[in-house]
Order: sequence, then C-alpha cells, then structure tokens
Amino acid sequence: MDDFFTFALERYNYWIVIILMMTGLYIVISRGNLVKKIVGLNLFQTSVFIFYITIGKMVGATAPIYIGDELYKAHGDDHGDGHGKGHDKDHGDAHNGAAYDDSHASDHDSAHEEGLHAAPQANDREANDLGSDALDHGDSLHGKIDNLGANDLKAAIAEAGPADGADADSLHDLSDRVDAGKIANDPLVKPPSEDAPALDIAEAPLHEGAGNTLEDFQGVADASHGAMEIMYANPLPHVLILTAIVVGVATTAVGLALAVRIREAYGAIEEDELEALDAVAEFGEGGAEAAGAAQ
Amino acid sequence: MNLMEQVPVLPVVIPMLAAPFVMIAPNGRAPWAMATVVAWATFIACIFLLQMVSQQGVISYALGDWAPPIGIEYRIDLANALVLLLVSGMAAVVFPFAYKSMQSEIDPKQSSFFYAAFLICLTGLLGVTITGDAFNIFVFLEISSLSTYALVAMGARRDRRALTAAFNYLVMGTIGATFFVIGIGLLYQTTGTLNLADLADRISDQDNRMIDAGFAFILVGIGLKLAMFPMHLWLPNAYTYAPTAVTAFLAATATKVAVYVIIRFFYSVFGFNFEFLGAAFTWVLLPLGLAGMFIASLVALFQEDVKRMLAYSSVAQIGYMLVGLSFGTVEGVSATLVHVFNHALMKGALFMAIGCVVLRMGSASIASFSGLAKTMPVTTWAFIISGLSLIGVPLTVGFVSKWYLLEAAFDVGQVFVGFLIVASSLIALGYVGRIAELMLLREPPENAPSGTTPWSMLIPMWVLVAANVYFGLSTTLTGGVAERAAAALMSAAGGAP
Repeated sequence: MDDFFTFALERYNYWIVIILMMTGLYIVISRGNLVKKIVGLNLFQTSVFIFYITIGKMVGATAPIYIGDELYKAHGDDHGDGHGKGHDKDHGDAHNGAAYDDSHASDHDSAHEEGLHAAPQANDREANDLGSDALDHGDSLHGKIDNLGANDLKAAIAEAGPADGADADSLHDLSDRVDAGKIANDPLVKPPSEDAPALDIAEAPLHEGAGNTLEDFQGVADASHGAMEIMYANPLPHVLILTAIVVGVATTAVGLALAVRIREAYGAIEEDELEALDAVAEFGEGGAEAAGAAQ
Repeated sequence: MNLMEQVPVLPVVIPMLAAPFVMIAPNGRAPWAMATVVAWATFIACIFLLQMVSQQGVISYALGDWAPPIGIEYRIDLANALVLLLVSGMAAVVFPFAYKSMQSEIDPKQSSFFYAAFLICLTGLLGVTITGDAFNIFVFLEISSLSTYALVAMGARRDRRALTAAFNYLVMGTIGATFFVIGIGLLYQTTGTLNLADLADRISDQDNRMIDAGFAFILVGIGLKLAMFPMHLWLPNAYTYAPTAVTAFLAATATKVAVYVIIRFFYSVFGFNFEFLGAAFTWVLLPLGLAGMFIASLVALFQEDVKRMLAYSSVAQIGYMLVGLSFGTVEGVSATLVHVFNHALMKGALFMAIGCVVLRMGSASIASFSGLAKTMPVTTWAFIISGLSLIGVPLTVGFVSKWYLLEAAFDVGQVFVGFLIVASSLIALGYVGRIAELMLLREPPENAPSGTTPWSMLIPMWVLVAANVYFGLSTTLTGGVAERAAAALMSAAGGAP
C-alpha cells in the first residue's frame, strides 16, 4: 500500500494534469455561459501544456540551452586547481593524444584563469582570439565531445522514454558508453581508470545545473555517479507546447470574438437564452413572426 | 535547387504566402481573382505531385533541409497524393463558384478577409494531408479549423445562428484537437519521436498501456473532427448556416482529410501488430459507422432545410467510409479512399446546386425547391444527377463507391453488413427523392423571383456533375490509384495482402 502511495505521490504532476483536464472539460460541458465555456476550454488546454512540460522535464537537468565550454570554466572556478586540472588533464589525455597534451592542458587552464573575471561568452571569444593553434584545436575537440555527449544522452533519453527513466544506472551506462567512445576515437591513449573520468563527469552537471546551491545537489551527484557532462532537459516538448500555446491563444481569441458577435446579434451570451431566442425567431411567440424569420 | 525538387512543399506554401496579400487587397473582385489563381496554381502543383508519386513511388521531402526524423518530413505516397488532388481540385472548382454566391451571402466589406481565410483553410487541409510529422498534423489541423470557424461565422449575414453554430464548432473542434494532441504526447513519451514512419518503427515492437491510451485519444480526437456518428453534433448546424460555397468546400474536403488522418494513423503508424486496432475496428468503427449510416439518414429524411438535410447525409456517408475502413482489408481501405473521393464530388455538386438556389430564392428551405424544374432547369438537373450519385445509381460515382464497399463486405464474409449498406442507400433514395419530387412535379410558387443564374456558378457546378458521371464510368484514376494506395498502406501495416 505504501508503495502505491509513493508511486502516486511521485507522479503528482500527472495528477495536476488530470484534475485540471477534468475541471476544464466539466466547465465546458456544464456551463451555459459562452465566456465560461472558453475559460473551461483554456483550462483543458493548459492541462495539456503541463503534460507536455512534464514529458520534457528531467531531474537535475538544466534548461536546454547549449552552454558548451563555459561549463569547464565554471567548473574550474568552483574547484580551483585540484579538481579542475585533473578534469582537464583527463580530457586532454583522452582526446588529444600525446602531441597536444601539454599545450592543450596548460592553454586551457590559462583560459580559465582569465575567465574568472570576464563574462563567459566574451571569455570564449577572447580565448579563441588569443589562442594558439593548439588551443583552437583543443577547444574545437572539446566542443565536439560535448556534442557527442549531448546527442548520446538525447538518444538514450528517447529510448528510456519518460523523464523519470533517467535513473542512476542508465546514466552510469551512458557515461561509460561516452568514455568508450572517446577512447575509441584515439587508439594511442590508454583507457583511464574506471572511476576517475566517471566521477569528473558526474560532478560537472551538478555544478553547472545547480549554480549556487551546489551543496544541495551533492548528494544526488554521488548517487547518480555517472551523469553526463551536461544534462539538458528535453527541448522538444517545450517547443511543441510553445506552438500549442499559440494555437490555444488563437482559439481563445476566435472564441471570444465569436462571443462578442453573438452578444451583438442576440443581446445574450447564455446558451439557454440563445436557444429561446432562436426558437422565438423560428416559430414566433404567437406564430406571428414565423413566416418572416423562417429563412 | 531546381523547381521540381521543391514541388512537394508548394501546395502548402503557395496558399499560405498568398493569404496575407489577399487579405490586404481592396474588397471586391481583386481578392477573389487572386485567390482563384492561387487555388489553380496549387491544383497544378498537386497534379504534378500525383504524377511524380505515381511514377517514382514515395516522395520524402525534408522541410528546411533538416533531415527526418529530427526535422519535419513531408511524405507523399499515393494515398495522400490522391487526397491532395481532391482538396486542391475542389478548391480550384469552388473558388470560381464563390464569387457571385458570396456577393449575396456575406458582407461585401468582408470579402478580402473571406478569401484570405479560405486560402488559409486550404493551406491547413493540404498541410494535414502532406506532412509526415504527427505534431505538424495537429498544427495544420488547427490552422484549417480556426479559419473554418471564421468562415462559418461569416454566414451570420443571412442567419445569425451561424454565430452559435461556429461557436459550438469551435468548442467541439478544440476538444477534438486537444484530445489528438494528448494522444500524440503519449506516443511521444513512449517512443521519443514525432515522425510518423519513425513512430511506426518504434511502436511495432512494444505493447503497453501508454500506446493504447494514445491510440484511444487519437481515435476520439480525430473522431470529433471527422464527425463520427455520436460526435457529429457540430456538423449539421455548421454546414447549414455557413455560406454555401464554404459548405460546398468543407463538405467535400474537411471531413475527408480527417478520414485520411485516421487511415494514416491506423495503417501507417499502429499497424496490425497493434492488438487494439482489431478491437477498434470491430467494436468502434463498424457499429458507429453502421449507426451513423442509418440514424443520420433517417434524421435527414425529416429536415425542412435542404442544406441541413445534406449535412446529415454527410454524417451518414462518413459512416460508409468508417465501415469500409473497419474491414481491415485492402478492398476495404480502397473502398474508403474511393468513397472519400467520390463523396466529395457528389456533395460538392449538390451544395453548389443549393448555392444557385439560395442565390435566386434567398433560402434553402424545402419550400423554395418546389417547381424548380420550371424556373431553374439547369440547376435542377445538376441536383438530380448528383442526387442519383448520392444514392448510388449505376453510371455515377456513387455506384462505384457502393460497389467497392459491397465487394469489400462480401470479401470478409460480412454479408449482413453488405445488406445494411444497400438498405441505408434506400433511405438516401427517400430524402433525395423527396426533393426531386418537389422540383419536378410541383408547380412553382406564384411570386417566384426570376433571373438568371450566373455562368460563373453554373460552370463549376456542371464540372463537378460531369466528374460524377465521368468517374462513374472510368475508374482508373479513383479506383486504380486507391487500390494501389491501399495495397501499399496494407503492406506497410503488416496486414494480409
């Protein structure tokens, strides 16, 4: 029984959707006032918006806006040398191979230093302007890998289906898969130890996603242990629902415009009054008007 | 970047881009002329499309060059090429007709808005048909529906009840569309894709309640849009009070496109591996189709307004399409497709004839039809020939539809259903015969207004009447294409060939 309650409570957003939907439908059906009908219709549509947003939401994921390299910088900020360097080094090893390793790691770190004070976007450009070939190369590689990660995550989410399907296990698998991919990209590199990259990767999204309330998310971080570098919420449902909101607004506008025209033509917006008026127009109160209004 | 590669997108883009220009054109002849040219351009693009599909098979067009399944795909096979041809063809015929008819039926100050809304409605219907993306279907469905509400409401000049009819249509239509979008959401949640082909791929190997629920929502939502029998209540009023040219166009296209959508979802998305589909056929489509055939036909018998009578008859005809669909065989689907096409021809011609009568007599009430053979013989015969087609008399398209339907029914051993199809056709004989009797045998009222019906209305009407006869004799376009389309749909759905 407890299981059932937790199951039901954990999905409270679906309950909101259902309650709103039924309320809206009930209003549409039961109310005779045309404006109230439109209000009911709106509630009904709103429930669908919430439903779609629910689909797109993921626990611990950030808004679906591509942040890319700035994450590393933020990461560097938070953790200072120890962690940040380790992280960067791992990446350098994994992707750039021996040739680029040193230059990349150091350049990248210096870029971080500058980034401490500048706005992230500007910093990015600055770094690119300043950078040697090696730096450029390193950055673009990083970008690529970020993309790779994001895509894999998306695919995996698609497979996992509902938002809450992204549990610790699957995330762990994911990170493993991504690591494997990286390693496969460069045969020169020895596979890193199981834990090191996974840990790094796990913590990255938490800092990013959480921002200031880093500590709050630390627990979740350890639990998920293998999260991607960045976890994005699924953007597609949001886009869809933006479209649906536009449709809903248009529907409301047309509906209210019709209500205004009905008021002009009949002088009433209550459904039963309208029916009575139509009946009078068709059959006449005494039958006198019948001939004239029949057309 | 040659033009032929871009043809698939033209049917949607041409009317959509033209609509704002039509709207800012000065009232009067200009918006009508522009809209007519646009409708014909769209029609020609659709003819090209059908030819291309017929020769090279399925066309996939990536909108904005974003590759499917991520991007929106326009996917045209024979089934929707046929529906595209039908919708754009009806537009090409109805637009010339609309000019004189609309002069008398809507406020002249609204004419540019009227033609703009008409074009947007056309855009929506073509978009629903052409797209291969589930959410895109919803968007286009709402584009066409919203403009339809406005078009129906424009009948308020003749009868203020058009406003309440449009309002009720809006409420019902929005509920239907929202149900549809919930269904799409459920499918998206389980599969993570919106592309129809991709959806079919991912649904095929899973069977769970999410998909069942999604299927049910989609069926109910589209059922509302296509006026499946108990959900048809918006239709009679909307068709009765809308301006006649609008009724002619909507009756011929709007519900047909919804029927197409349901075919697309049943066969191209869910397929026969989906267990619910068989249950939906046996327990929903067949009984509701049969009930619609009889109840709506019987209601039509007692109507005092000929437009309303034909509106109820439309509900009944949709029953035939659903019954054809419910057999779940190639014959059944091709019967439905053929009937979609043929019913558009007959209802278009009938409503146009009513338009001519309304222009002359000022009303579509049954009284204004009495003795019409003497005052308006050309219109009368157009009405009678297409009325015979509605009943299903040989040498007309109605007969072809019924033939295909009966063949499909006997093929699956549903002899009783075949019997019911014939029986309900007899009711059609009842209501069409009632009007025919009035027109042919009664004397016209003494004060009948005289005048001539303009050529711009007679020619489109007779084009459709001729099509009724032509496609009744030669079924290569309708039957041939429909059979090939149905076979393709069926093989994709994994059903028996």
